Amino acid sequence: MDDVVCTRGLVKAFGRTRALDGVDLTVKRGEVHGFLGPNGAGKSTTIRILLGLLRKDAGEVTLLGGDPWRDAVTLHRRLAYVPGDVHLWPNLTGGEAIDLLCELRGSADRRRRDELVERFQLDPTKRCSTYSKGNRQKVAIVAGLAADVELYLLDEPTSGLDPLMETVFQDVVLHLREAGATVLLSSHILAEAEALCDTVSIIREGRVVESGTLAELRHLTRTSIQVTAERPMADLALLPGVHVVTAGDDGRSAGLEVDAARLGAVIEHLGAHGVLTLTCSPPTLEELFLRHYSDELATLQDHDALVTLHSRGGAQES
Amino acid sequence: MSTLTGTVRLIRLGLRRDRILLPAWIVAICGLAWATVASYAATMSDEAQRLATATFAAGNPMARMFDGPASGTELGAMSMVEAFKVLAILAALMSAQAVVRHTRQDEEAGRAELLGSAVVGRHARLMAASVITLGANLVLGLAVAGALVASDLGTTGALAAGLSVAGIGWVFAGVAAVASQVFATARGASAAAGAALGLAFLLRAVGDLFGHIADSGVQVISAWPSWLSPIGWGQQVRPFQENNWWIAGLFAGLTLALVWVAFVLADHRDVGSGMVQARTGPAHAAPGLRSGLGLAWRLQRTTLLTWLGGLVLMGAAFGSVGQSTEDLVGENDQLRAILARVAPAGTVVDLYFALMMAILGIAAAGYTVQVLLRMRAEETTGRLEPVLATAVDRQSWMASHIAIAFVGTAVMLVLAGLAGGAVHGAMTGRWSEGIGGLVAAGLAQSCAAMALGGLVVAAFGLVPRWAGTLAWGALAASLVMGQLGGLLELPQAVLNLSPFTHVPAVPAAALTATPILGLLAAAAVLTVVGLLAFRHRDAGVVA
Repeated sequence: MDDVVCTRGLVKAFGRTRALDGVDLTVKRGEVHGFLGPNGAGKSTTIRILLGLLRKDAGEVTLLGGDPWRDAVTLHRRLAYVPGDVHLWPNLTGGEAIDLLCELRGSADRRRRDELVERFQLDPTKRCSTYSKGNRQKVAIVAGLAADVELYLLDEPTSGLDPLMETVFQDVVLHLREAGATVLLSSHILAEAEALCDTVSIIREGRVVESGTLAELRHLTRTSIQVTAERPMADLALLPGVHVVTAGDDGRSAGLEVDAARLGAVIEHLGAHGVLTLTCSPPTLEELFLRHYSDELATLQDHDALVTLHSRGGAQES
Repeated sequence: MSTLTGTVRLIRLGLRRDRILLPAWIVAICGLAWATVASYAATMSDEAQRLATATFAAGNPMARMFDGPASGTELGAMSMVEAFKVLAILAALMSAQAVVRHTRQDEEAGRAELLGSAVVGRHARLMAASVITLGANLVLGLAVAGALVASDLGTTGALAAGLSVAGIGWVFAGVAAVASQVFATARGASAAAGAALGLAFLLRAVGDLFGHIADSGVQVISAWPSWLSPIGWGQQVRPFQENNWWIAGLFAGLTLALVWVAFVLADHRDVGSGMVQARTGPAHAAPGLRSGLGLAWRLQRTTLLTWLGGLVLMGAAFGSVGQSTEDLVGENDQLRAILARVAPAGTVVDLYFALMMAILGIAAAGYTVQVLLRMRAEETTGRLEPVLATAVDRQSWMASHIAIAFVGTAVMLVLAGLAGGAVHGAMTGRWSEGIGGLVAAGLAQSCAAMALGGLVVAAFGLVPRWAGTLAWGALAASLVMGQLGGLLELPQAVLNLSPFTHVPAVPAAALTATPILGLLAAAAVLTVVGLLAFRHRDAGVVA
């Protein structure tokens, strides 16, 4: 079976709140699948159903060919889980917690465990109560990634890690992919998904609204272009498919965003003005993301708020 | 900005959080006081009867140890002597829990840090917790007084009775405030306050036992150990008899001293840490930790060893005075008549041992409940989730904790009985009867504690949100039924709800199989219900 994770119309309600409202999610064997969405979109709830911790209210779900609720224990031997919000036993040391979780799963690679402890610069002799959030996160990451399993379920695994450690994390995940493992990586940090994922699903208010490879999804978005020319470029904003225009230098320099389908026509138009410099950037996931939240953005009235959101989305969360 | 900035807001926050819990405690304690007096008034209307009962209570070592010093023949005084121990224990628990909830528990959950970053002084949280709890006890004292006045008792005595209850609450609020500074976990702080309560009870039990009867014949003058215990102070107020108002000074002085110590300690530590700094530990888990049972044992062993030590000490202490009861009773015909009715085959010492094991049994059930509720704590703090995401199935995870709860309960009751029997044997040379009887009694009591434990397991599986409330509520109800059930003249059908009602009064009565098997069956059925229910519900923080 090629689909490691497959859900169809997954529904989960907590009281009156419908946390999941028909989630369709497919993760194929061997891919790193990004599961993107803001806080409260249903990422963790979906993963907890995949882990058999929560019981689905409706829909279909298969994990590694089994039923995650019924076959939880046998499936868990074949997967590793890293939660985003790590709670550990205050009087155990980090090393003890790692060994315990590895041993309970039943697959522990002692050498890999020690190597990861080293790479993440974790002091395993400290009590969990004395760890910072980032260090608690490292404990969960080491305990999860030291496992030699088919599937890794990572729920916002890098929250609290510093940028250096995030790089180490990305490196380790890429190694897992090379080794043929499947990874489901939930995140709201887009740079992370861009760096790691082959495919992504975007979840919003309990529904997957977009799913595909990064290349496919980029078709849905706009390319940004910075251009300077010999002659003033008039009426750029009137061209079909052109969205944001900033003009300067008496119209001889401009910044614009162009729909993928109209890119060719726009480039031709620019060419007629004697292009001096031209910079094209492919759409970032961030823009993809923002488009799906345009409803919410519309409620943000002033431009400042938009700018803040843009810059925050790109920065490393810490 | 002073270190107390924001206290008023925090008090309002605390009152909002406790708007149901504290009133519920206060109503329950007042209701108990009122019910005790009402039933006492109904059965003891006759002065001659009260004289006989008070004379009996003054001379009866068991009444001295387990109730308190007899204080005359006034209806109010006698009913307070009977009811006070339970009122005091409940007031102490209410207060200690409230202080821990608003101090150490907030720190543990990280809420304190959030508050501390706002415009809130360093001492504001502790001050707010103290004010809320001391205030709640003031209300409690007035409410108890009101309940007694409503029972047609004198206002002065009623106020003195209210003082004696509120004073206990104040002192244990102070004890909990200190414990919350010293221990880094809410559980540790609660356990320390509980240990202090046990010690206070024991001190006054010894003091009252070795006191002497006043010339009137209806009053016990307690020996000095009673004066070392705040519970002892509450009894020495002797409401409706002497109304010793000056004891309010003892309560207030000790409370202020304890709160002051808590503030000083708070100055010398960081938010979130205790006084004892965490040391580093092993980088790798020992083989013993690498299993579900290993983890459960690691999490529960401190609780188990602490309770074990406490109960064995109590067993030894109670056992050491066993023989004195025989000597003190002498030829008390009334007690012999009661003995003949309750346990025709037993001796006075046997009856004393049966009462002692009943106290230890309900105390051990506190351990059972605490260990089992740890499952819920693991779940709500999010620590269960990573464990269940491994190849550990839900039933075996629960079974580890249940095994530690049940085996631990039985072991500590047997050892407490053994300790009592051994001390008794060493003092009298009658080894076999003491040890044999007390070990059997320990086993019998542990069956009742397990039945109560079964209820906790079932609640955890079926109604996890209510598990804590149900568990402690059931324990408190069992305590009230066991200690005051007869006095309150509760119908047998109600008394039968408490598993401890069904425990034969070993060694005064024979250890019969039927009730024991019944209790074990109840424990088993409830446990299975809980195990099955947990398999079918959501697990984790949201459940």
